[in-house]
Amino acid sequence: MQHIVIGAGPAGVVAVEQLRKLNPESAITLVGDEPEPPYSRMAIPYYLIKQIDEQGTHLRKDADHFDKLGIQIQQQQVTAVDAGAKSVTLSNGTTMPYDNLLIATGARPVTPMIPGVESEGVYPCWTLSDARNIVRLAQSGKAIVLIGAGFIGCIILEALATSGADVTVVEVEDRMVSRMLNDTAGNMLKQWCQERNVNVLTATKVEAIERGSGDRPLRVVCDNGNAIDADLVITATGVRSNSDFLNGSGVNVDQGVLVNEYLQSSVEHVYAAGDVAQGKDFSTGGFNVQAIQPTAVEHGRIAAHNMAKGHQHRHRGSVNMNVLDTLGLITSSFALWMGADGGDSAEVCERERYRYVNLQFKDDVLIGASTLGLTEHVGVLRGLIESKLRLNGWKKKLQQDPTRIMEAYLACTQAVGHNAHVL
Amino acid sequence: MLQALKLEPEKCTGCLQCEMACSYENEGVFNPAKSRIKVFAFHDEGRFAPYTCTQCDQAWCMHACPVEAIVVNAATGAKEVLESVCVGCKVCTIACPFGTVNYSHDSGKVIKCDLCGGDPWCAKACPTGAITYVASDDTGLERMRAWAQQGLPSAASFAAPTEKAVQTYNRAS
Repeated sequence: MQHIVIGAGPAGVVAVEQLRKLNPESAITLVGDEPEPPYSRMAIPYYLIKQIDEQGTHLRKDADHFDKLGIQIQQQQVTAVDAGAKSVTLSNGTTMPYDNLLIATGARPVTPMIPGVESEGVYPCWTLSDARNIVRLAQSGKAIVLIGAGFIGCIILEALATSGADVTVVEVEDRMVSRMLNDTAGNMLKQWCQERNVNVLTATKVEAIERGSGDRPLRVVCDNGNAIDADLVITATGVRSNSDFLNGSGVNVDQGVLVNEYLQSSVEHVYAAGDVAQGKDFSTGGFNVQAIQPTAVEHGRIAAHNMAKGHQHRHRGSVNMNVLDTLGLITSSFALWMGADGGDSAEVCERERYRYVNLQFKDDVLIGASTLGLTEHVGVLRGLIESKLRLNGWKKKLQQDPTRIMEAYLACTQAVGHNAHVL
Repeated sequence: MLQALKLEPEKCTGCLQCEMACSYENEGVFNPAKSRIKVFAFHDEGRFAPYTCTQCDQAWCMHACPVEAIVVNAATGAKEVLESVCVGCKVCTIACPFGTVNYSHDSGKVIKCDLCGGDPWCAKACPTGAITYVASDDTGLERMRAWAQQGLPSAASFAAPTEKAVQTYNRAS
């Protein structure tokens, strides 16, 4: 039995480990196209601020980890998949046969359609190699323009700001992190950044990146007529699934590789996991690309199980959730944070203290939440949502004080308070 | 035989000795805000509930960690944060459905209960026996989890608690 896993990110690495555990005898190959040991993109922001060295980004710290598990690593790009012949073609021209194939090729940054985006000094921030460029160029006295205030843009802001460079963020949406935060929270985050000397322009579109005229080599022209001189421009305008190599393979691709509840693609013996997979969403029951670490790991484990043991393990859907640290202000979002039709919500907002909690209910069940400035016990929001716990009278209490999430959870699950007598 | 913390909220008086002991043992200061065990107060009912990590088998935090910074201590079964490896990405804090992994602004890392290496100070400090360190099959955790799973609509028919205008509590004798 030959398992091939394409992609050495968290989904791929978890999958090969799980495959080895379940199939001690089979041949397992992990194919990755980056010239580094498997590493975590999640750790890159901490590498940028020099809190960790490159080794600190590695997914597995033991250099012989994959050798010891008898997992072969191929540093190649997969150029094509032949589902009929059950083989993959690598960039060095060789073909490898498989019995089961896992596509875990993740995502890549979208290059925005801006004239001049190919200029020298314009980089994405996605790979370790991109990070090295940014560390080299982001220095005191330099001017940096960051295009995009989404998750990636925000999480690297600290590194850019602490380099002593002059930082401007340009975001086309009317608030920061529009996929995680509503108007109130997104604009509180903007104010937080501005108080820390990061210039944030929302509802502003970059029209062109031109050659600069003065000391700065680049000039970023915005649609409101402003132009910002810059030494370095970083683009962080979203990512898309890495699935182009599947063209002609018969594997159906929409936003990502379409999979069923077993993480199997439209083609037998071909599975997908992580940021490349359009997997099941816990909240909606629909299929979407979540592109988050916990979902990648969940996909990797389930897909590997189904590849090794047949279709036993059904994916019941992952909760879409995120946590973000922007210049020290922590925000999080869970599941249907924007709410649902026929639902209701509760909110507490303390602008001066940078604290915000928004809860979304359907009947007396929590279905979504977003927070700003809250680090204590945030995980229980996931627990409340995923267990579909009936809050009974605690819904009313949460509407009065949305910060009492932990008390609500304990009161509804343990022998405390008014339900002590039934346990 | 693995041991675990047994938490019995009905015995808790809210004295916070556990938080003080935890904070001192793990952070070197008497500061309940830095404790890994927390006592939640239900003032309108005059009740308290101590709560911390149950060292659950699913280990959501450990599996969500992108850099292998959370590991199982084979001797105690505790899931421990390796501070030198943790990068502070906080993914475990949203992955833990019990809300018991927290980010510390001071250290830039996450903190969670590690059972003090097998001799938990919260249990030693508790004067009323609300927190004890016992054989792990005696903690009632299974019952607690079963109760947590009852949120689905179909299960709500069995004696689901409803809020009463006047809170009464009759201890079963």
